[in-house]
Amino acid sequence: MSTPFYVSPQQAMADRAEYARKGIARGRSLVVLQFADGIVFVGENPSRALHKFSEIYDRIGFAAAGKYNEYENLRIGGVRYADLRGYTYDRDDVTARGLANVYAQTLGTIFSSAAEKPYEVELVVAEVGETPEGDQIYRLPHDGSIVDEHGSVAVGGNAETISTYLDQRHEDGMSLAEALKLAVQALSRDTNGSEREIPAERLEVAVLDRTRPQQRKFKRIVGRQLGRLLEEGGASTAAEAEDPDDEE
Amino acid sequence: MEANTRSTGRLPAAFLTPGSSSFMDFLSDHQPEMLPGKRQLPPTQGVIEAPHGTTIVAVTFAGGVVLAGDRRATMGNVIAQRDIEKVFPADEYSAVGIAGTAGLAVEMVKLFQLELEHFEKVEGTTLSLEGKANRLSTMIRSNLGMAMQGLAVVPLFAGFDVDRDKGRIFSYDVTGGRSEEHGFAATGSGSLFARGAMKKLFHKDLTEEQATTLVVQALYDAADDDSATGGPDVARRIYPIVTVITEDGFRRLTDEDSSDIARAIIERRLEQPDGPRAALL
Repeated sequence: MSTPFYVSPQQAMADRAEYARKGIARGRSLVVLQFADGIVFVGENPSRALHKFSEIYDRIGFAAAGKYNEYENLRIGGVRYADLRGYTYDRDDVTARGLANVYAQTLGTIFSSAAEKPYEVELVVAEVGETPEGDQIYRLPHDGSIVDEHGSVAVGGNAETISTYLDQRHEDGMSLAEALKLAVQALSRDTNGSEREIPAERLEVAVLDRTRPQQRKFKRIVGRQLGRLLEEGGASTAAEAEDPDDEE
Repeated sequence: MEANTRSTGRLPAAFLTPGSSSFMDFLSDHQPEMLPGKRQLPPTQGVIEAPHGTTIVAVTFAGGVVLAGDRRATMGNVIAQRDIEKVFPADEYSAVGIAGTAGLAVEMVKLFQLELEHFEKVEGTTLSLEGKANRLSTMIRSNLGMAMQGLAVVPLFAGFDVDRDKGRIFSYDVTGGRSEEHGFAATGSGSLFARGAMKKLFHKDLTEEQATTLVVQALYDAADDDSATGGPDVARRIYPIVTVITEDGFRRLTDEDSSDIARAIIERRLEQPDGPRAALL
């Protein structure tokens, strides 16, 4: 009988983390930003049908980078969790914090269980509050840790470069058009610093808008509305150069 | 297996198992005792006393459909509640009004709303109006056991069919039998009288305003002849719930609007107690 190879726990975990990170890095990055009326999700996605962002519950949205079948599975699990919880208790008892905890436990267990391959996904769970101070954004890397984020967050392969870019430029109380423009600028930057153009058709954009009269605040921004916002964002920065108080 | 809906702990395997887009299917696999239809009823003598909702009416008009209900719930010959709500949005383009055992009906509506919302979130698209109507049928059928013991729920489902560009009404019987109604429909104890009123007042090219007036007239007539249906309560300012569904989606008339309609009708009834008259020929 042959003796199994000894692999130190540190090494095993480092290997698993590297495996997951490489998988995530293969996909495009995406960003989640706070703006005056809520939270906007922006990503490059050539598909119209396979979404990176989606609604989980009234005020809670979901974004994911990495392997589609894995995050889709987690997304549906989250929808089931939220709907069951809302049905058992009350709609108000479904929170992003609770959902993020469940995802963290799920990802963490999978990551450290030797029997399963780690998930190659990185998630964002965001909840829009009554006021900007009440907004919550949680980033969940592949290993099941939770990071409580403010202002802006990027996930995916190129996340570090994009995060740095966003951190320097994101401000509280931006309009949707401004936030969208900043997000697109951030996503257009490659690791080596060069820029490329992302056409509107390749953008997937969704918002959690606290001003929506409906109970469900999640909304996709597509077609003409997206085009209008992208134009507006471009125009407002030009106007801003002359008069910074022009835009609210 | 212990249900895990608490805020910590890994998602149970059932949550991550690929399966149907139906919340009810998920519940019946994972936690069947949560479904109203799966509950075991203790053996009882006679009919169980529980508040009952009464009259719901619906009318189509050019461009949409109106669904309305009175506000009374009765238990035997006692008025159990004067301001009950029996008409609810099911989703953006449909609404459901319920007559029958109030507690069960409200629970059924909650589950139905969730079923449509869950499907929408999982699939990324909404069910067809026909699909929604069929789903409601299944839910009523699963309640048949309780219906046999006197706890029946008989809804009226109305919605705007975005594919066919018109308002449609579906009525149900206790066994889940579904039938599409053309023009107008009513359910509940006062429905006979409401239907009579609507039959005389309805025509194909009603405007939205006429349709909302028509349903309140019909509810007034139902309340006039059925003791379990409540008329507009001017003293307490409790007026019928009137909802309109058009291509712009679901909208509930404000209390102010429905009180205006109800007051105008009461005003006319002071002169003509039997309401508007149809031509004899």
